[in-house]
Amino acid sequence: MILTVAGKELKAMFSSPMGWVILALLQFIFGTFFLVGIDQYFQTMSGMIRPEQRVGVTEFVGHNVFSMASFIMLFAVPLLSMRLISEERKNQTLPFLFSAPLSLTEIVLGKFFGLVSFLTVMIAIIGVMISSLNIWAELDFGYVVANLIGLWLLVASFSALGIFVSSLTQQPIIAAIITFVALFGLLILDYFFASDPNSTLNYLSLLRHFEPFSRGLIDTRDLAYFALFILTFLTFTVRRLDADRLRG
Amino acid sequence: MDNVTVEADALNRVYGSNAVVRDVNFSLRKGEVLGFLGPNGAGKSTTMKMLTGNLAPTSGSVKICGIDIIEQPKEAKALIGYLPETPPLYKELTVDEMLTLSARLHGVARGSVKKAVESAKERCGLTEMSKRLIDNLSKGYQQRVGIAQAIIHNPMVVILDEPTVGLDPIQIRDIRALIKELGGEHSVILSTHILPEVEMVCDHVQIIHKGQLVFNGSIDVLKQQRHGNRLLLGLTNAPDTEELLKIDGVVSVEPAANGLLRLRYAEGAAPAERIVQSAVNNNWGLYQINPDQTSLEEVFMQLTYQEAAAN
Repeated sequence: MILTVAGKELKAMFSSPMGWVILALLQFIFGTFFLVGIDQYFQTMSGMIRPEQRVGVTEFVGHNVFSMASFIMLFAVPLLSMRLISEERKNQTLPFLFSAPLSLTEIVLGKFFGLVSFLTVMIAIIGVMISSLNIWAELDFGYVVANLIGLWLLVASFSALGIFVSSLTQQPIIAAIITFVALFGLLILDYFFASDPNSTLNYLSLLRHFEPFSRGLIDTRDLAYFALFILTFLTFTVRRLDADRLRG
Repeated sequence: MDNVTVEADALNRVYGSNAVVRDVNFSLRKGEVLGFLGPNGAGKSTTMKMLTGNLAPTSGSVKICGIDIIEQPKEAKALIGYLPETPPLYKELTVDEMLTLSARLHGVARGSVKKAVESAKERCGLTEMSKRLIDNLSKGYQQRVGIAQAIIHNPMVVILDEPTVGLDPIQIRDIRALIKELGGEHSVILSTHILPEVEMVCDHVQIIHKGQLVFNGSIDVLKQQRHGNRLLLGLTNAPDTEELLKIDGVVSVEPAANGLLRLRYAEGAAPAERIVQSAVNNNWGLYQINPDQTSLEEVFMQLTYQEAAAN
């Protein structure tokens, strides 16, 4: 059932130009940064004489692409997540899902996985792109995989928040803007509290938990943070939809 | 009784201090078509939303084939097909895709999805529209797709909220025929504010007014109220009232609009022939005689008016 809902979302994504345009545009941006990264690698490294200054090609190019990707996703995910529930509300198609023998959790998870699998395609393409370097150089696959997992978790968290915001409004554009602002706030939270590194609010920053992944470090604390983040917002979404049924 | 398909017990729905549905009770058996009548804002749609589990009742319970929709929503919802006021259609899908999705979500087995889609299309006259985008279909066809998605899993109960609204007369006739046909094997509940529609397709009628049921019974009872024991008589040289009252069976005579006379006769009496006979014999100049029917509208008005007076 979850798969059926997810499949429906994927279909909707690919049957509108939005999905294709975003996919193509992002791929273009990532490709450009990948290319620029390789180009710069030779220029920069030829200037480095001492061994400790030298960075591996994986880290150099990877950092270039992944830090860009996490930033770009900040714009892309709200655009993709905005219509998930708000549009159904606007077109009054929610009763279709509500009167089918589906639990609210199945509906929300279906929509979440629909969006995440679309984004997974994007991340997989990045993975393939970077792995293609292995033909000419020796790649640090540990680093690449950690980054991919980190990016995937980050994007999944964005999606969870996006779905929740989408369930609050009827207007997709409003959902996109609120999602973007909320995500941006969460991302740069640690800039605001940079002076006090032990602040609890610091701990809520998404970027702070993404950062270890981008260094190639998979920490269970960060895994737990992302898992809880996703779970929290999906639960909120279910509660919000349940309120529709209760309050009408 | 195991053929009771829908059982609503003391349904209430309150928004703030505003009771939209108050104490609605009814039950429906297999193969029956129930018409839900009421003026705008009477609580028809709200009641239907509660029956289909789209809205939680403030109090009361709904049982579909004995399964409580609040306690076991999945099992109960699998037995219902629902068409809300606005047909819930994904405009970016084609008819086939939409119906396939509906069949899957309603738990039609993988192997028989195709068959279910075909038969639903056939029943709703959509076969030629299979590959068209729903967005490009006319309102009438969209309504048909809405009905098709509601009956695709062969549910025990089909609930249609104003299924003929916004359709042209031919489409209305087609959809009425379809509803009648559905009544054969499913139980159907439909809401409408078009009265003749109810008379045409329903076995049972419920009139709901300001959230309360003011009439609940067989359509025949309504029809009886409608065909009172009255005749409308047009005479060019009308005799005195006494003359008419002498005719066997006639109970009262009163003037009606356009110079006609309204005759009331005793239950079971059939004075029409005798009236014509005397009219010819006495040269009254009979030019019109026909049964006087109260329109369903009037009956409806009476029922809703009585309720208002009782409050």
